[in-house]
Amino acid sequence: MSEEENPKVKISCKNVWKVFGANPRQAIESIDDTMTKKEILEETGNVIAVKDVSFDVHEGEIFVVMGLSGSGKSTLVRCFNGLYTPTKGNVIIDGADLATMGKKELRMIRRHKISMVFQHFALFPHRTILDNVAYGLELQNIEKSKRYERAMEVLELVSLNGWEKNYPDELSGGMQQRVGLARSLALDPEILLMDEPFSALDPLIRRQMHEEFIQLMTKVRKTIVFISHDLNEAMRLGSRIAIMKDGKIEQIGTPEEIVCRPGSEYVCEFISDISREKVIKVRSIMIEPSRTIKNSLDLETALRIIKGEKNEQLFVTGSKGESIGVVDLEDIDKGIALNHIKLSEININKKYHIGPDQTIEELIPIMAACDNSVAVVDENRKFIGEVPRKVLLKALLGTENNHAK
Amino acid sequence: MQNKKAGKPVLEKFTSIFQKSLYVPLMVVVASGVIISLGGFFNEVRGGFFKIPAGKWVDFFVAWLMDNFKPAFDIIKVSVAVVLSNCEKFLLWLPWWAVILLVLVFSFWLAGRRVAIFSVAGMYLILLLGLWDLSMITLALMAVAVLITNVIGIPMGILAAKSDLFEKSIRPFLDAMQVMPSFVYLIPALMFFGIGRVPAVMACVIYSLPPVVRLTNLGIRQVPAELVEAAHAFGTTQTQLLLKLELPVAMASIMTGVNQTIMMNLGMAVLAAMIAAGGLGREVLLSLGQIDIGRGFVAGFCIVILAMVLDRITQVMGTRLKR
Repeated sequence: MSEEENPKVKISCKNVWKVFGANPRQAIESIDDTMTKKEILEETGNVIAVKDVSFDVHEGEIFVVMGLSGSGKSTLVRCFNGLYTPTKGNVIIDGADLATMGKKELRMIRRHKISMVFQHFALFPHRTILDNVAYGLELQNIEKSKRYERAMEVLELVSLNGWEKNYPDELSGGMQQRVGLARSLALDPEILLMDEPFSALDPLIRRQMHEEFIQLMTKVRKTIVFISHDLNEAMRLGSRIAIMKDGKIEQIGTPEEIVCRPGSEYVCEFISDISREKVIKVRSIMIEPSRTIKNSLDLETALRIIKGEKNEQLFVTGSKGESIGVVDLEDIDKGIALNHIKLSEININKKYHIGPDQTIEELIPIMAACDNSVAVVDENRKFIGEVPRKVLLKALLGTENNHAK
Repeated sequence: MQNKKAGKPVLEKFTSIFQKSLYVPLMVVVASGVIISLGGFFNEVRGGFFKIPAGKWVDFFVAWLMDNFKPAFDIIKVSVAVVLSNCEKFLLWLPWWAVILLVLVFSFWLAGRRVAIFSVAGMYLILLLGLWDLSMITLALMAVAVLITNVIGIPMGILAAKSDLFEKSIRPFLDAMQVMPSFVYLIPALMFFGIGRVPAVMACVIYSLPPVVRLTNLGIRQVPAELVEAAHAFGTTQTQLLLKLELPVAMASIMTGVNQTIMMNLGMAVLAAMIAAGGLGREVLLSLGQIDIGRGFVAGFCIVILAMVLDRITQVMGTRLKR
């Protein structure tokens, strides 16, 4: 949970506007909030691609900018490495404002700090894979043996060693994009801008690439701005997601926040066909733990308690509050029949528990085996909450859960 | 209210389109129509009262150039003549088998086995037809013309690709150079450089310049915008962009342009014989004067062989250079 530790801001985007057209500055002055893109185009002849966008991207996170085509997301990301200059507003990278930089400084930033991966790979067709990967280093006039050495290293990282002598058109789409990724990583940048990198791949390859990408990112820690039009992809990869519509940010938040608390009508519509179980974490639906009993209690007391409770089961905890499992009436009866005296003596084999940061998708099979509630335990196996079956079903349905209150 | 709002921009749009794209050419057409009909009219009634003296203007301009830039033309003339005569001497000095060996090596290296066999057979046929020396003279003329054309044409093409203004401003000249009957170049070339091989080279250069300029321009402009963007994203300088991306990607197109200059130069070589350029063209011209069909045909055939050999080599080279 790095977000909570007051992370360093890597990219700061302050009231960024980007307008294409003959008279962009004037267009910004003349429009008001209620006008649609089409009206603005008719009135002023300008296209507003990015409209007053502000946010911070933190070090080490995967920040997904998500929107449909024409929402301005690709334009926005091109403002981050100076391919586009914002019409108004500032983009600040590590405290340095891009607007104040000359061509040379900008080039230095692109060579050392920010690298980019493109939707259609944009590999150079006349260069071998090795020369493609070494391209960025070649621009820095690094000598051949050194840049090839580095390129081979990175090719190994994306498991493409053995292909370095081939040309891009001899590789499949997935492999080409791995080359694209390797080409960016060869520069060892701090920030990676990824413009819909997996959109041109077919779904199966895309999923495989997601997994590889997640794995790769645990090896090389980078700050990533990831553009996507696929919400499932965004949910899967993103630490935080910004949803864009018509050049404006509709909502920024973690995947869970967006699914559980959509900020606008548009976001609601957007998330309507998302698989909620993959996004929502157990933590956000669990309720206050109900009655627990210590395993040092004797069975008679347990019997009295369970009969008094509406619940048919009790969570049993050890001496340090650690969760042991659940017992129901049948277990206790059996224990008494076997002449056990204490709870600790009966064999508790119903160990239904789950971690708070697991998704509810993972909760479903556990819930299926269990009769009533699943215990939520933290990493020290401490009992911190429970999820009754009813709550899980409600969460899956999407009706808001007010149980916690 | 709504009507007004919708109606106004439409009308404005229409008029602005009208003004931009139609107004100027329309005025030109109308004005020239008026002038021509007026001129025609006066010509009828007054016996040649009105005529645009364009011929005189061109004469005047050429005379002005001659008066003011004579030294510059002389420098060009001498340097081209030196290069050309050395090139010619060299080709004539080489024994025939050495030339064929060179053709073999080059064509095999650049274009592969099939083209090599074809080229050697073609050159040998020229030898057997007894027009070897004349062919070498034509080859030398063409080689120098091609060299000059590309040295001027490729940079011009690059410049045209980089600057819309430059492209627009050279386009009418390129059109004119291509469409103008090639005889017409011979006259100013003659005036600037006198009689002989140098004006022939110059006429060839003018004639074959447009395709290489156009194809270089086109090739660079057709480099996918995405690739250019990627190059910028990795911090390319303009020079690096040109050398490491644009020229290599445009190479196939540029090579087509080079191939075209060779073909056009060979075609022009015959006409250049009219201003005493020598070579196979002279042979054709002489046979024309004597109505000697056989002699003319053989000389023409040799030109065709030369053209085909050079075409095959450069064409295959072009497709191979894609890599």
